[in-house]
Amino acid sequence: MFGLLEIEDLHVSIGGRMVLKGINLKIDRGENHALFGPNGCGKTTLLNTIAGVPRYVVERGRILFKGKDITHMSMDERARMGIGIAFQSPPAIRGLKLKDLIKLCNPEANPEKVLKEMNFLEFADREVNRGFSGGEIKRSEMAQLLAQRPELVMLDEPDSGVDLENIKLIGRAINKLTEKDTKPSKRIRSGIIITHFGHILDYISVDKAHVMLEGTIVCTGSPREILEQIKTRGYEGCARCLCPT
Amino acid sequence: MSDIAERARKALGKKATYGPDVDLEKYDVEAKPHEEIQRLEEIPEDVRKAALGVGVTLEKEVGGAYIQMDQTPVVARSSTEGIEVLDIATALKKYDGLRDYWWKLVPVDQDKYTADVALHPPAGYFLRAKRGAKTIFPLKSCLYLGQTNLNQRVHNIIIAEEGSELHVITGCTTPSHVQRGLHLGVSEFFIKKGAHVSFTMIHNWGREVEVRPRTAIYMEEGATLSNNYICLTPAKTLQTYPKAILDGKGAVASFNTVLYAKEGHLDTGSEVVLRAPGCSADSITRAVSVGGEIITRGKMVGEVPDVKAHLECVGLILSEKGRIDSIPELDGRCGGLDMSHEAAVGKISELELEYLMARGLTKDQATGVIVRGFLDVEIKGLPESLREELRRITQLQELHGGA
Repeated sequence: MFGLLEIEDLHVSIGGRMVLKGINLKIDRGENHALFGPNGCGKTTLLNTIAGVPRYVVERGRILFKGKDITHMSMDERARMGIGIAFQSPPAIRGLKLKDLIKLCNPEANPEKVLKEMNFLEFADREVNRGFSGGEIKRSEMAQLLAQRPELVMLDEPDSGVDLENIKLIGRAINKLTEKDTKPSKRIRSGIIITHFGHILDYISVDKAHVMLEGTIVCTGSPREILEQIKTRGYEGCARCLCPT
Repeated sequence: MSDIAERARKALGKKATYGPDVDLEKYDVEAKPHEEIQRLEEIPEDVRKAALGVGVTLEKEVGGAYIQMDQTPVVARSSTEGIEVLDIATALKKYDGLRDYWWKLVPVDQDKYTADVALHPPAGYFLRAKRGAKTIFPLKSCLYLGQTNLNQRVHNIIIAEEGSELHVITGCTTPSHVQRGLHLGVSEFFIKKGAHVSFTMIHNWGREVEVRPRTAIYMEEGATLSNNYICLTPAKTLQTYPKAILDGKGAVASFNTVLYAKEGHLDTGSEVVLRAPGCSADSITRAVSVGGEIITRGKMVGEVPDVKAHLECVGLILSEKGRIDSIPELDGRCGGLDMSHEAAVGKISELELEYLMARGLTKDQATGVIVRGFLDVEIKGLPESLREELRRITQLQELHGGA
């Protein structure tokens, strides 16, 4: 049985500099994984590489999605296969209304419905991300994913810059996207979530957490436990304590 | 009249300041006449289809219409009280040669094209909003060049009397079977005290058509103008440089230009002279080249203090061959004025492409979405129905990335 996503010995460079240095990761259907790690450790690089952003060059290793090698597949093909990503700082697009982008994500989606779910209906006619605050960008990204309904949801800091009330809203959307309202055995969708402070973890259930340091995964375990260690000992301390080499 | 003819004759050999020189001898002078059309339903199918391609829907919500086939005005009528739509020959007869308006803004000897128009029997429209009259639905006009290799000459007059409001949409077009021809169009607009005019011109020419419009606009105190020019299909050469004179306090002019050039040569721009305090003007151009050559000129002349002017040109070149040459000019002639310009020419942002591709769009689809959004200029001063129609036009076209 294949996992939904399997990453083997992944090495990735950006502009000639090696950023990921041998990542191994398996995500089964129905699982939510959290990624922790200091700035610059490669978390965003990992998500963008899975999404297929061209400037992230795979130097070694491979990525399997639903059992298929997607290492050199284009971004749009991966999206159509069921990979979705909420970017940390997406660009603004002139002249494209948010409601129209939602239709482009999925022609069958109801823009009004997904925007309402994110309490974001008043932004339907606004140009995508133009003049949006940090928190508004997150809600816009979530609305797009709700329309796209990917099988693998990747969220790059969905809680940064978001007030408490909206964190709850985003948490609800993540739970919906990863089918937390469905029996565990029936779930087919999975998630990877990057979070710095773990605020979002109060609202979503995460099955596993990984700590990344300098381009590798140094530790994997229970999300709560790992977060506690990071809070008390910092990333380095956490890595030394849990994973003595 | 004789003075006009005399000056025109002297200018017959005068080349224009801008644009490649057109050999007028190459084009036919004799146009086949057409029958006048009594009911809009009688408009021939190819004219109707071509008109639709330039946003001129004739079925509904028309405040008035003018249709010219080659040199013949076939429809000239108004359905709005206080709004007059005549063919120009009739107007000249009715109003004693339009002495205060005829060749009063565009110099008859400006170049060989104005001279050529002056020396031939006039065709074109006369649109006038009487004092305080307002168009609810836009007036629609279509200048249709259906005869191959014809020199189509047009002379239009628009008058918005005090406190009136006039919305005009003009489509200039050739059917798909006519590739070669010449269109010379003189237009003179008079926007009087407190009047508002929106004038939207959409061009859709054949590949071998040459186009030389000559437009001038005079604005009195408190007058406002929203002038929009859209050209998304190639012409062999097109050169236009309308001039607006803001002569009364607080007059406001806004020029919006949207260009998409697959091939051919487009040389467009505008000059605005701000002559009274409190006047303001802006000129915004969005240009996309996928192989064609685009020159966008913009000139603002501030003659008195307390005026504001802004020029903006943003261009995308989406193929190796294309060219966009942006030439902004600001001419401030006294202290106490505020004039600025910004220009940028570049390519589509990789980040934007990737963002849309992450949502499942192919690179070509993503490029199309970005280009259409780029060309969707937020045009001020237009009624919502017209705005929607413009959006439909930019959406209709097959816009895509490099060849």
